[in-house]
Formats: sequence, C-alpha cells, structure tokens
Amino acid sequence: MDLFTEGEPIHDTRAPDGPIEERWDQRRFGGKLVNPANRRKLSVIVVGTGLAGGSAAATLGELGYRVKSFCYQDSPRRAHSIAAQGGINAAKNYRNDGDSIQRLFYDTVKGGDYRSRESNVHRLAQVSVEIIDQCVAQGVPFAREYGGLLDTRSFGGVQVSRTFYARGQTGQQLLLGAYQALERQVAAGTVEMFTRHEMLELIVIDGVARGIVARDMVTGEIETHTADAVVLASGGYGNVFFLSTNAKGCNVTATWRAHRKGALFANPCYTQIHPTCIPQSGEHQSKLTLMSESLRNDGRVWVPVAKGDTRAPGDIPEDERDYYLERRYPSFGNLVPRDIASRAAKSVCDEGRGVGPGGLGVYLDFAEAIARLGRDAVANKYGNLFEMYERITGEDPFEVPMRIYPAVHYTMGGLWVDYDLQSTIPGLFVIGEANFSDHGANRLGASALMQGLADGYFVLPNTISDYLSGGPFEKVGDDHEAVVAARKTVTDRIERLLSIDGDRTPDSFHRELGALMWEYCGMERTDEGLRKALDRIRELRTEFWGSVKVPGENEELNQALEKAGRIADFFELAELMCVDALHRAESCGGHFRAESQTPDGEALRDDENFAYVAAWEYTGEAPVLHKENLEYENVKMVQRSYK
Amino acid sequence: MGMKLTLKIWRQKDGADKGRMVPYELEDISPDMSFLEMLDVLNERLILDGEDPVAFDHDCREGICGMCSLVIDGTPHGPQRATTTCQLHMRHFQDGDVITIEPWRAGAFPVIKDLVVDRTALDRIIQAGGYVSAPTGSAPDAAAIPVPQADAHDAFDAATCIGCGACVAACPNASAMLFTAAKVTHLGLLPQGQPERYGRVTAMVAQMDAEGFGGCTNTGECTAVCPKGIPFETITRLNADLLTAARRS
Repeated sequence: MDLFTEGEPIHDTRAPDGPIEERWDQRRFGGKLVNPANRRKLSVIVVGTGLAGGSAAATLGELGYRVKSFCYQDSPRRAHSIAAQGGINAAKNYRNDGDSIQRLFYDTVKGGDYRSRESNVHRLAQVSVEIIDQCVAQGVPFAREYGGLLDTRSFGGVQVSRTFYARGQTGQQLLLGAYQALERQVAAGTVEMFTRHEMLELIVIDGVARGIVARDMVTGEIETHTADAVVLASGGYGNVFFLSTNAKGCNVTATWRAHRKGALFANPCYTQIHPTCIPQSGEHQSKLTLMSESLRNDGRVWVPVAKGDTRAPGDIPEDERDYYLERRYPSFGNLVPRDIASRAAKSVCDEGRGVGPGGLGVYLDFAEAIARLGRDAVANKYGNLFEMYERITGEDPFEVPMRIYPAVHYTMGGLWVDYDLQSTIPGLFVIGEANFSDHGANRLGASALMQGLADGYFVLPNTISDYLSGGPFEKVGDDHEAVVAARKTVTDRIERLLSIDGDRTPDSFHRELGALMWEYCGMERTDEGLRKALDRIRELRTEFWGSVKVPGENEELNQALEKAGRIADFFELAELMCVDALHRAESCGGHFRAESQTPDGEALRDDENFAYVAAWEYTGEAPVLHKENLEYENVKMVQRSYK
Repeated sequence: MGMKLTLKIWRQKDGADKGRMVPYELEDISPDMSFLEMLDVLNERLILDGEDPVAFDHDCREGICGMCSLVIDGTPHGPQRATTTCQLHMRHFQDGDVITIEPWRAGAFPVIKDLVVDRTALDRIIQAGGYVSAPTGSAPDAAAIPVPQADAHDAFDAATCIGCGACVAACPNASAMLFTAAKVTHLGLLPQGQPERYGRVTAMVAQMDAEGFGGCTNTGECTAVCPKGIPFETITRLNADLLTAARRS
C-alpha cells in the first residue's frame, strides 16, 4: 500500500493581492462587519487559554460576542505560554538601530528557511507594534531603562535589538495580562469560563463547525456545546515525543479531532528542537527543562576528544577537549542557530563522546567567562539560571560545567489555515501554535509570543467577523443527529479505553512512542529510519488498544483516563508526522534529512521540488497530500550559512 | 542504590468522602527524581496492582504554572524554600524517611479528589478587579507611558505570583491576603493601574471575604512558603490602599 496519495493543490483564497504592506488593510476593508447590536446574538467557542486563546476570548468578549472559553487546567492562567522565558519581538525601532516592519518580516521569512507565507509574516510584523502598546496598557511590567522607557535586547542572532522582555518570565507576564483581560470579561458576563474541561470532539453539521464535545474532568460528564463558530487555540503537539519542554498536559487531541473531521493538517514534521535543555537524568524523567539560550553568549560548548572518556571534566586537559561549535563554525561559534547547535550536539554524542548519564549530554562551560569577567559579573548575568540548574541537577555551574542536551520545544506544523486563520472546515478557526502559520520550517526566538498575541488580539477578532456576518445561523439542539453522533464517538471511545483492562500503563506506551519518535523523527531523519518507525508505531498502536490498563471509571476525576485518550491521538499524529517527514526528501529548518546535506554536513534545501506547504487530508487510511505552492515576491530565497 | 521511603498520603475519593491517610512503601527511588516523578513511580505501580492511582495537580513541572499544590511534611510545597513542589528533588530527603503528603487545607479550597483542590475562588478575586480596563485596540503608544525603573522593578516582584495558593494553605486563618495584595501591589505601583486603584482594592478584598477566606493577622506564614518570595510588605500596601479607599468613599 502507498504511504499517501496526492490530491488537488490547495490555495489561500483569502490572501489579498497587491503591495504586501497594503494587504492587511485591504483584507480588513474587504471583510464584512457585524453590527454591535447583532454581536450579542452570535456565539463563539474558544478552546485553550494561552496567549492566543486567552487574548482572543477576551477580545471577542469586549467586542460583544457571547464567548465560551475552555481549558483543561484549573485556571486559564496556567496555560503553558506561562513558561516562555526570553521575550517578544516588535518592530518598534525604539533603539534607532535600523529596525523596521520590513526587517522583522525579512528576518522571520529567512529564519523560517523560506517555508512560510509572505503575506502572513508581513502582517505579523505589522501587528507586532500594536501588541507591545496593548500589553503595556494592561500593566505588563516590561523591563525599563533608568529614564522609565522600555528596555529591549537582542535575541536569536538578529542584528537589531527588538526583543521586549520581563526578566526571564516574559511569557508569564504576557499571559497574566491576557488572563486578567479575560477574567474582566467573565465578570462582565460576555465570557463563560469552563475550567477542567477537555475538548474531545468537534461537532460538524453540513460541513460547518458548530460546536464541541467536552468532558468535565471533575465529574466525567460528557457535555455538548454548540456555537456559531469554533476557535482552536490548543497549542502544539511536542508531547508526542513524551519528553519535551511542554507542560505534562499539552496534547494534540483538539486539533487532531478536528483533523479527523476534515481540517487539513499542515507540515506536521516541522519540529523545533532547542539546544540548551537540562539532560535526562534517568528512566524516571517526566519532562525536560529549557535553559535560556542566552547562556551561549558566555558558555563554551565542548566534549572530550576521546570516545568514552569518563574522567571528571576538570581532569580533562585543554588539548583533550573538542570545542566543536567553535571548530566547525568559526564565525558564529557557540552562537549558531538552534537547529545547527542541536544537530551538532547529537552528532558528537552519536560518536560516543557525550557526557553524563547515558552519554547524552555536552558541556556548557563558564570557566573561561568566570576567569575573564569575574564570578560576580557572571552571577549577575546568569545567577537565576545557575540556581535553576542547581535545583534540578544538584550541581553548581560555578564549580563544574553545565551539561546540556537538545529537547523538543515547539512545533511549527499545525492545522492549515487561510489568511483569515480559518481552517478547511468553515467556521473553524485555528490560532497560535495550533495552526501551521507564520514560522515556516523554523521559528526564531521571541516570535512565538508575538504570533500568539497577534492572532488572538488583532487578527482573529478582525477576520472572524467576515464569517459571522453570514449569520444568524440556524440553532442547533442537543438532539441534532450530528451532535448525538459526536457525543457517541466520545462515550464509545472512553468505554473502550476503560474496558481493555490490559497489563501496561498508559505512560509506558507514551514513553515507548516518544522514544521511537525521538530516534527516527527527531533531530535527524532518514528514509530507512522513518519507514522503520512507521512499522513500529502501527504495531505499538495495536498493542495499546489491546493491552493498555486504564483504572477507575469515567464518572470521576480520572487522570489515567485523560492520559490514555491523549496518547491514542498521539499515535495517529505520530504516523502522519513520519509520513510527512518521509515525503519531504529535503532538509529545511528543523527538518533535517540525512540524505539531503551539503558536502560539509549542512542542511540542503530543495526549493525546486519542495517550496510548498504540505497539507494532509485524513482518510482513515493513507492520507492525501494537498500542496500549497509558496511564492516569494519580496524576499529572495538563499541558502543559509553560518561558517 | 535507591532510597527506601514510606509515604503517608491523603486519600479522598471525592468531595463527599471523609478521607484518610494511607501508607505506601516505595523502594529504589533515585535522588535525582523530582518529587512528582517519585509520585509517578507510585502511580504506575498502583495502576498495575489494580488500585486507584493518587490524583494530584501538576502541569508545567518547571515551577511557573502554579498548578502543583502539595503539603509535604506539614509545609506547602515542602522543605526547600522558594521552590514549588514540582522543582523539589528527592536528594533533599534521606533513605528511610517517612513523608506525609496532604492537599491544600482551606475552607475556600474544597477537596475534589485526593490531593486535588478547587482553587477557582482565586480567579473570582481577580474577576472582582485584578486588571486594568484596557480593551484591545485602545492603547496609546507603549513609549507614551514612562514608568520609573524602581517602580517597574517592585511591580514585577509582586507580579511574579503564580497563583498556586500556598499562602492560603500556610495561613492559620486560611487568608488569601498575600495573593490579593500581590495583584493590588503590581497594578497599584504602575501608572496604568491608577484610575481603578481604590475601587480595585475594595472589590478584591470584598470578594476574598465572600469566598470564605479568613482575615489577615500578620503571621507571615504566607511569605515564608511563597515559592516566588512575594514580599510581606505587599500586604502593608494593600492595607494602606484599603484605608485610603475607605476615606475617599
């Protein structure tokens, strides 16, 4: 059987033509509006309360729509955007250092390795300046200069200083801003909040999204909620790897269920693997923790020259150390981009020169910086990060080098959306990390927060009105056959999971699936490995449905049941990721195919054959590939080099 | 060689159940495990033994989401200062230790199951006024509102609250004063927060009372257990604002 078939190409019919800097204005003018008096007759469901979902629900509420907001946590403030550290980009040019909307646009298209849409990225750069204004007005405590004006810093290898930040907790402060705006709307009665609720199915009637089925995670009640439009802001799917920097609860279920109902899934293989994470310490590991990339400004990355060298780092003399990034990339050294640094770490570990438990780590050494700058200066710059490292590992980075290893951090792929952020199911919108959006094959640092808030505060509220202006929509009752059927899909699946009563825990399957994905669909992918992974994933999935053990019942708080449902969807996603990675025989951004590299081992793009978005249609069997051709009128495609 | 531990864990099937402490023996616990990973090991075993695994709240496991919430040996978030439960590691315990694990205890935080409690009362305190009314699109240019660096710094210190509720769990009165004061301080120190400053503090304190949280008697247990080290002075600031608000009304 073929792994996939190819269908008709797909086009973004909402993207306006004309000069790129005028397209967003044009689209806003071209879209229809909804009279304020009519908005309260229209309802919108928003799933997820991170930067995208929280800001969207708050803004839609302010506009006067009736909003239902859902999150699986006990409070909307806990969504995983809260953990973002570094900052948020905006083309304010407050530094007078040559920044502009045009430059942010250019940097983001290039950083995405020429696999994103020009129109979308340009709009993102335009909207970036409004985001900072909005967040400051809400009282987000950004870092300030002595004169009281906003401070910025450089980030992710760009040459301007455009990253606004709130210490190492920018995501937390931005999310609390959105959360407070959301709670204000809850108090105003425009938003109804459903915490500890998990979306388990999309309700589609006559091809149009009309609601969701959600499980009350406290009582187990299966509820149906209908509305005039549905917005998914449910985040990324990095937890398919089991170990990632995502929160434990992050999952693909909301978007995957929508995919099964007809929404195309775009570029699922584009995964960002972050180079500076704390390595796994043992089999018990449940998640990985990121250490800010800023550490590479002063830390030197090395491994022993000899394989299997088990001496303590201090006992290894200078001439027996390999500062491999400085050696291989003399001009960028330790500051090469994320994807390059991650792959280089993997390759030295594959050679048997890794350090720490299992040989899966490399040193990030501050000895030279401490000697050069003094201990106090290093403590001032990185003190909180050193503390966090010590808390987790029990080792003091002032005394012994840090050990770091790459970890899955962000997923660029997601549900396909048009310029209006509408999926291929009318009435279903997808925002934030959940869509495939603006990052192409690689996301630049400090761009995730920008995109989440751009979508939620400014893009979606302006584009969804064009769809909602088609109302009033026919009312859907709980007894509608499509609603009943969607509910039955959910209850059948839960009953099936509970009835297997096998001999393996849900987590044991998740760990095994994650290890497979990391090995074959992680930092380096090959045709042979991906085929092997596909075979093994299918076997494991069959085993899961035959021998998983889910204790307890549905009508209670049942965390094992929650996990099992998410893992079942991860199995299906994993397969699609491998198919996508297999079909994309080029290397680009976070997707490195060993067969497609330059003679000196760098990623080799194939623009002639792969300059398209791969949008996949669910069939239950081999998926169907729909290609969206990518055209570059404003940015010239070139090969990236960091030598 | 791993550690051997005895856990005494609060088990409570649901809100109606009376609840009890149940002992569990664990062997071969690695000192490198986090506290929650140690509970993962227990739960994997309980599932295979056909027993109900222990329910506990957690999500980011990196100390920032505020979801984890265990009272360990009588202290919210356990023995290590300025550290959430999820960031606490087993190397801080000894082989042979007996560890008691309980949920947050407060009338305003009813137990849902085992170690999971309902903290939505904290969201309702924010709904009462823990925000700046700045609808999307209405903002002036960000540079138009200068904020003295020291004020931004102090506002940030208060804004780092993760809303976990440890302050309530530690307080003999189960007061949510530190949580409320952190938000009042964050917004009250910034120019953006001035127009609503006195209405905010009055409404948030009223909501805190309505939720059944106790009053503050300045015992300071809240600050001692706060994983983010929210300063006790924030409560002084809240009281000052509350007094001014009363005088103005």
